[in-house]
Formats: sequence, C-alpha cells, structure tokens
Amino acid sequence: MTNFSTGAKSKPWRLVRRYVLRFLLYALLGIFALYYLMPLFVMVVTSLKSLDEIRAGSLLSLPRDINFDAWVTAWSGACSGVQCEGLRPYLWNSVKIAVPAVLISTFIGAINGYVLSKWQFRGSNIIFALLLFGGFIPFQVVLLPMAIVLGKLSLAGTIPGLVLVHVIYGISFTTLFFRNYYVSVPGEIVKAAKVDGAGFFQIFWHVFVPLSAPIVVVTIIWQFTQIWNDFLFGVSFSQAGTQPVTVALNNIVNSTTGVKEYNVDMSAAIIAALPTLFVYVVAGKYFIRGLTAGSVKG
Amino acid sequence: MSKHILSIEHLNKNFGSLQILKDVNISMKEGDFLVLVGPSGCGKSTLLNCIAGLEEVTSGVIKISSQDMVGVSPKDRDIAMVFQSYALYPTMSVAKNITFSMKVRRIDAAVQQKKLNEVASLLQISELLDRKPAQLSGGQRQRVAMGRALVRDPQLFLFDEPLSNLDAKLRLEMRTEIKRLHHSLNASIVYVTHDQIEAMTLATKIAVMKGGEIQQIGSPNEIYSRPANMFVADFMGSPSMNLIPAIVRNVKEGARIEIDCGEDKPLTLIDPRKIAKLDNGEEREVIVGLRPEDITNPENREGASIEVATCLVDVVEPAGSDTYLVTQLGGKNVTARMRADTIVRAGENARLAFDLEKASYFLPETGERLN
Repeated sequence: MTNFSTGAKSKPWRLVRRYVLRFLLYALLGIFALYYLMPLFVMVVTSLKSLDEIRAGSLLSLPRDINFDAWVTAWSGACSGVQCEGLRPYLWNSVKIAVPAVLISTFIGAINGYVLSKWQFRGSNIIFALLLFGGFIPFQVVLLPMAIVLGKLSLAGTIPGLVLVHVIYGISFTTLFFRNYYVSVPGEIVKAAKVDGAGFFQIFWHVFVPLSAPIVVVTIIWQFTQIWNDFLFGVSFSQAGTQPVTVALNNIVNSTTGVKEYNVDMSAAIIAALPTLFVYVVAGKYFIRGLTAGSVKG
Repeated sequence: MSKHILSIEHLNKNFGSLQILKDVNISMKEGDFLVLVGPSGCGKSTLLNCIAGLEEVTSGVIKISSQDMVGVSPKDRDIAMVFQSYALYPTMSVAKNITFSMKVRRIDAAVQQKKLNEVASLLQISELLDRKPAQLSGGQRQRVAMGRALVRDPQLFLFDEPLSNLDAKLRLEMRTEIKRLHHSLNASIVYVTHDQIEAMTLATKIAVMKGGEIQQIGSPNEIYSRPANMFVADFMGSPSMNLIPAIVRNVKEGARIEIDCGEDKPLTLIDPRKIAKLDNGEEREVIVGLRPEDITNPENREGASIEVATCLVDVVEPAGSDTYLVTQLGGKNVTARMRADTIVRAGENARLAFDLEKASYFLPETGERLN
C-alpha cells in the first residue's frame, strides 16, 4: 500500500519535470537557431530595402516596400573596378572552375582511396600520410611555388590553371574520404572479384563505384564548398576576366564611388553564397549520412 | 588412374621474418575432397590463398593440372573460390553476382543466361535471382556464393570456411549439400575448416595443420585411427582421444602397459601387438592413446585384445545415444563411451573393456607415434 501511494505522488511530479526540461531544451535550441539565422536575416532585409530606408531605419526592421533593384544591380550592373557587369560573368567563372575541379579531384580521390585501402603496397601508408599532410599545409605557403608551376605550364591567370590548383589541393581530402570509406569494404570482396577474373579497373568500376554514392556526395559537397568559397587562390592566380565570384564580390564591396550601397553588397553576397546553400539543401542529408557511414557497421 | 589436379612441393611462405607455412607438400587427385584442418592461426587459410594466387609464395611449387602456377594471377588459374563472409557484391543482384565472372570474360549473353539458369535450379535459388544480397538470409547467401563458383565450372574449387557463419542447423544441411554436390559433379575441392567434424564428414583426404606445418595427410579413417602424433590425436575426434601416461615394455605376450590408477598396484594391461619402435626388454614412459569408444562395456567387445578392468567412476555424462563415464587413469581424465542403458553412478566402480588393438603409443617428449 505504502509503495502504491508514494508511486502515485511522484508520478505527476516526474511528468512535470520532464515537460519543463523539454521546454528548456527547445527554448535553448530555438535561441541558438535564431542567433545563427540573424546575419542571414539582416542580409535579406537589407538587400530588399532602398538606400534611403537603410539610412533611416534600424538594421533589424522589415522593409517598408520590397524592392529588387539592388538584386538586379548586383547581378548585372554593379561595378568592380572599372567594369560594371555585376556578378554574372564571375559567377560563371566560378562554375567553370568549381565543376571540373570538383569532378576531377573526386575521381582522383576515389582511385587513390581504392588503391590505398585495397591494393596496398610497400610504403603505401607513408604515401597516405604524406598526402594527408598536404591537406594541412596553409594556403599561403604554396602560393609562390604554385605561381612558378603555373607560369611554367603557361596556365598563369587562366581558368584551367585555377582548376589545377584546386584539384591538387583537394586531392588530400578526397583521398582521405574515399580511403576511409573503402577500408570498411571487406577484403574478401576484392579477392572474390580477382578470382572471378576482374582486373584493377573492372573491380573499381563494377564493385566499388556502385558502392560509393554516399561518399561521393560527401566529397562533392565538401569540395564544392571549399572551391566555391576560396578567395586566396582566386585572387592570386586569376587576372581580369578569369576572377571567381568571391574575388568579384570583394571588388564590388570595396570599389565604391561616393555612397556605399549596402543593399547591393548584401544582394551580391547572397548571390555568391546561393550555390553552396543550394548544394547543402539538396544533398545535406546524404552529407550527414555519409560522414557517419562506416563508423557503424550496417 | 586419375590425374593429379593439385600438387604442392616444398612450399614456404613468410610474412616478413614470420614463417607462416613451412615446407608444405600436398598432392591431390581429380575428384578428391581435400580438407585442410587445424586450429586458428595454423596457416590453413594462407595456404588456400596461396593456391588461389591471392598470396604470393616465398618459395616452392604449386601446380594445378601439372602446370606451374607460381606467378600466375588468380583469374588465369581456372579456380573458383567460396569465402567465409560469402563476399557477394553488395550492389549487384543475385543473377549479376553469379554472371559477373562471365561478364568480365566477355562471354556471350545467351550462354551466360543458360549457365545461370542451370546453376540456379541446381541450387534452388531461381526465385531469388532479382534480389540483392542484403535481402537474403545467411543460407541463401551461402547458396549464391556457391552458385558463383559453380557457374565457372573450374578445375578446382576452393572453400574457405564456408559454413562457419551459419547457425548450427543450417550448417548441417549445407554440409550435406556440399557433399552431395561434390559427389554429383565429381568436383575437385580444397576445403578449409577449423571444425574437425566437418573435416571428417566431408573429406576424402585430410591434411591436419599446426604452426604452418602439415602434421599428417591421409584418409579420414587413417587420421582418426592412426594419428601421426599427439596433436593430431587430440585435435581430431569428439570427445577427443584419451591420452594416458603409462609405462610400457615389450614382453613375450606383446606389450605390457602399466597405468597408475591411484592405488598401490598399477593397472596392468597387455596389448597383443608389440611396439615396433621399442627394443625388447626396454621399459619406457609413453602416452597411450585410446578413443573413448575403445573403452566400453565388457559385453560390447570380444577378442584377444580386450582387457577388462574395474575403475572408479568420477562423472557420468548421459548423452542420449551414449553414456560417457569419466575416470582417473595416470592422473588424467579418461572418458569411456558406454551404451546408453549402462546404469552406474558417480563414486561407484564400473567394469571397463579396453580394446588395446586400437591403442596408439606416443613419445611424451616429442609427441611422435611409436607403433
């Protein structure tokens, strides 16, 4: 009897405590989410205001009337230096740099990972360690040697030159991703394929590539974000006409004559960031899944 | 006379300074079912991988159908292999798994389809052909793995512990099925297992391995009744062979065996056969090996070699078909296999018949067989 009465007393309390804790948890998460969204919110509302309104109103207030002029200017009219073509040509440059660089570095990473995990040879672990080390060398250190190499290859200031730079720099990470993913593929599968008569590339194409969707998504997102957002290589190894969008954005924001057009700057920044946002929204769930794949055997 | 399908001569394999295989010699005829058996780490899987060409050998010769295979890649050895983990290609359907080897060899699609259907109906997996390996049960995966090997119709099949991932009941079923396939296809098979019962039931020829060396090669019967050394005696058979310390001496009637049984007077038994490697009159400490079934109810056995003695029973273990008695001889637990209807209790004396004609004698120092 006594057991029953204490049980009945504590049960509602336990429920209340659970709801309170739950509420606190959601409140905290909500605050964090708002805090992270704040800059984006300011950028979006500022880009939709007119200059007068920006000068008059507060940073956080909603625009009185929505106005896309700043977006149009940023896209096709804003001046970077002497040219006033907006971001459009540079966005296209970025695409021409990022897409081949992402694809090539992902492919090379897949082959490297396949070799380093399943066709190990004497010294392959040292090569892997050196490749990894390459990923942690600061960008600044390689600027000068890279410039010399590009010069010797007659690729200085060209888009293929920038593609080459990003491919080389990306290989260490793409190799790491694929190698760690392929390590979890049982070695007996490779043996079975060898006995079945498949060679190095047949095993790669028929057995490993079809298994790779999750890690390919991870690698593509990672590489695309890195290459798209790169500024240092872009500003160092480009010339007028081959600059990527990040460099153009910088030039638009910094080359003002007279009034600083915050609304144009904000729209330009959003336009420059949209492709990476888009990639995350489309493939984000695979990204999380792929990062954790292999950690738990399934 | 059927031809030699596999012969291995003086094979050595090192990993760095570690010797994995030491002077392995094996020959096997067409249609043989050779089982490599031994405890884990004895090198049996490495040996199989060397035969497959998945591991390079350090020295020695491997011939398949009289052709030297050292340096030949696995795909050109005309072998097929079944793995412990099944090693099915996870992204391919069952049909694609089975036809993969023909696809990479660019065999005509119609031929592929015909062979696929034959193998699928042989293994009763026709209704599974569109499934992915993840959708199959363990036994079905095992069948697909076998189908992938069978479709090749190779000179030599290699099985690497194919049944050890299956549950006990399924393992027995598949064991019978493998034996049936071997019989109906007259296939030549090299089969690796650590399970001595699997080895006994499947093999036409057994190679017992330990520490990278072959301890004994022979028919299951030879291995079981005339083990070459104490390791083989102990490893093969369940319950394992009784290994009883004793003192023996060749006398007029045969070999006299004295076993300490805890009393003042040792238990004395006479084996009508003399021990060949022992000089007349020489007295020696040896290990006497007797299978549990060779120590049994006196009314079960007759003959000149039967010696009956009374022993104190320590433990009684009824096992349904038989009853096992454990007694102490020479300071060791000795198991006797009695009829199931034997009525005896622990702590009582029981009369046991020792069939000494079946006895093996080993040197205690080296474990080497004496008779």
